[in-house]
Amino acid sequence: MADYTEPTYAEVNNDVLRSMMETGPKYWALLGTSIAVAGICFFLPWFYQLEVGVGAAGMNRSAVWGTYLSNFIFWIGLSHSGTLLSAILHITNSSWRKPIYRSAEAMTLFSLVTAALFVMVHVGRVWFVHWTIPVPNQMDLWPNFRSPLMFDVMAITTYLTASSIFIYMGSVPDFAAVRDASTGLRRKLYTIFSFGWRGTAKEWHTLGWAYTFFAVLVIPLAVSVHSIVSWDFAMSLVPGLHHTVFAPYFVTGAIYSGTAGIVTVMFLLRKYMNFERYIREIHLVNLGKLLVVLSLIWTYINIMELFTTWFSGSSYELEALEWRMTGFYAPMYWEMILFCAVVPLLILFKRIRTSWKSMLIISILINIGMLSERFIIVATSQPRKFLPDAFGFYFPSIVEILITIGSFAIFSTLFLIFVKWVPSVSLYEVKETLKPLRRAG
Amino acid sequence: MSTALDKFKKYRKPGYYDKFDYHWTMTIDLDRCTGCEACVVACQAENNLPVVGEQQFAMRREMKWIRIERYWEGEYPDIKLQFIPMLCQHCDQAPCEIACPVFATYHNQDGLNTQIYNRCIGTRTCAVYCPYEVRYFNWFTYTWDEPLEQQLNPDVTVREKGVMEKCTFCIQRIRQAKDQAKDDDRRRVRDGEIMPACVQSCPTEAMVFGDRNDPDSQVSKMAGNPRGYHVLEELNTTPSIVYLKRVRADG
Repeated sequence: MADYTEPTYAEVNNDVLRSMMETGPKYWALLGTSIAVAGICFFLPWFYQLEVGVGAAGMNRSAVWGTYLSNFIFWIGLSHSGTLLSAILHITNSSWRKPIYRSAEAMTLFSLVTAALFVMVHVGRVWFVHWTIPVPNQMDLWPNFRSPLMFDVMAITTYLTASSIFIYMGSVPDFAAVRDASTGLRRKLYTIFSFGWRGTAKEWHTLGWAYTFFAVLVIPLAVSVHSIVSWDFAMSLVPGLHHTVFAPYFVTGAIYSGTAGIVTVMFLLRKYMNFERYIREIHLVNLGKLLVVLSLIWTYINIMELFTTWFSGSSYELEALEWRMTGFYAPMYWEMILFCAVVPLLILFKRIRTSWKSMLIISILINIGMLSERFIIVATSQPRKFLPDAFGFYFPSIVEILITIGSFAIFSTLFLIFVKWVPSVSLYEVKETLKPLRRAG
Repeated sequence: MSTALDKFKKYRKPGYYDKFDYHWTMTIDLDRCTGCEACVVACQAENNLPVVGEQQFAMRREMKWIRIERYWEGEYPDIKLQFIPMLCQHCDQAPCEIACPVFATYHNQDGLNTQIYNRCIGTRTCAVYCPYEVRYFNWFTYTWDEPLEQQLNPDVTVREKGVMEKCTFCIQRIRQAKDQAKDDDRRRVRDGEIMPACVQSCPTEAMVFGDRNDPDSQVSKMAGNPRGYHVLEELNTTPSIVYLKRVRADG
């Protein structure tokens, strides 16, 4: 952009803090709608299901896993890019990360919360779900450490804790900035949030050190989380799931859908929070390049999955593959291939890469594709395993569809609350990128 | 003390039930099976299985710890119907057992794959991992219309919603026979003393149940039959149920 002028330090503060403190009717309307949709579409059907039993969903025998699980994977996947990308770009010193990482990390956090909710919705007796946590319980029994679900509990809770600390730690100087710019109750609150941050050299040094430490810690954690989620499937004998490629497949898919999610969120923040001067074309282009690379890796792994299936010569695997590609859910499968493998290649054209609207559409299409991918993995494999007599079929019930819609509302509710409580663009890191000459301005 | 320690050490080895107690096994002679489904009904009565109703049945949510799978061979009019009773195989290398995060399903020292309803939180992973599809989930809390609740077996738990269940080899009968043996000062249960409901009800005596650790038991002799095979043997789950192949006149 030719007419771009760098903001001054004061402008950075004003622009970002304004987004927190000035709240228009549009925001309240949006928040109200989000909460209402979350309540009506998520919690109401869930309470109904708690009352009558999981039979309220469309699952049946041989298709005992359904959309709850596929949505769980989707949301875990969406959580993958934020913290991971932020951490990787931090330790590789890529300064373009600075205006976008805060909201990306928030996305991680809230997707994880949504995913955790889906575990609660999925299990038959959620009131005993604490038995999966390795603390002494009334049965005097440890959880089963051989179970991939057990690994899941460990990995997700660790990841949730680490990414919460990561985002909080990075926000402390910004909380101090909010404290300094506000009065009354808000000032008191942010004094507590900022741990009495004063901005001394020693504090900056400690923060820098601790932040890098956490960045390094979080990267292997993020990779492990989705690998472990994939083992829920890969450790079974089910044809179509029993693949060693599943861990890299899921991790790639997760980062892929997460990056697309960041593009979507970035667009909305830029448009509705007036962050045009901070979230710029360079972010779009860089994320676009990343999307192309991830799309190519994803396509490669998909082809490899087909190849290993064919190469195994196992009739179970081949039949599962055939059903996936030509059966009832075949349109969904090909839609996924179109949205995740073909459409992202358009980003290679500069005109599309630099246009906000086209990138928004592509990023949403990618996530639709990834949502279908997760559904296909769950819905086309386990209803048709080994014994033809037990072959089943799965189609989600109205309760499941409503809960799926509601989960998006939960995510947006959390995000809308976040933008009013935490500066969604990092103040101090943006200032680091500005030219020193303009400091006086 | 040392014997207790030895026993404990051996319990930790896979296949410990070769040396201890019992290895409950069933043989099913497909040559004798007529597909009458008496076993299915007997199981229903013995183990308090609910009748789910027409609509739920159509949704494939029926509860049958043993079911008769039907396979057709050939084209009309040269069509042949084959039956294979399918129940929990009590695999020695059970895929379901590694899946459960809360140990609701585990292997006991008799070589049984047991399901503890109280511990189950209903993740349904065991059912996904089971290649035989013999695990049944309580989608609802099922009820029995009057006067059917009068026939519930007092020795068997009535399960609530959100719990997985499956064939137990009628563990309540095994328990009872073991107690009886103890009362009679016998070290072991006699062969043929225990009969799961399905075995008891089979009119053609296609099913035989017993202790594989006892080389003289009827089931050991039957399992040694050259017709014997395991279903889905290639998956290496080493099931406890031995099927005896059908003998056909046309080879």
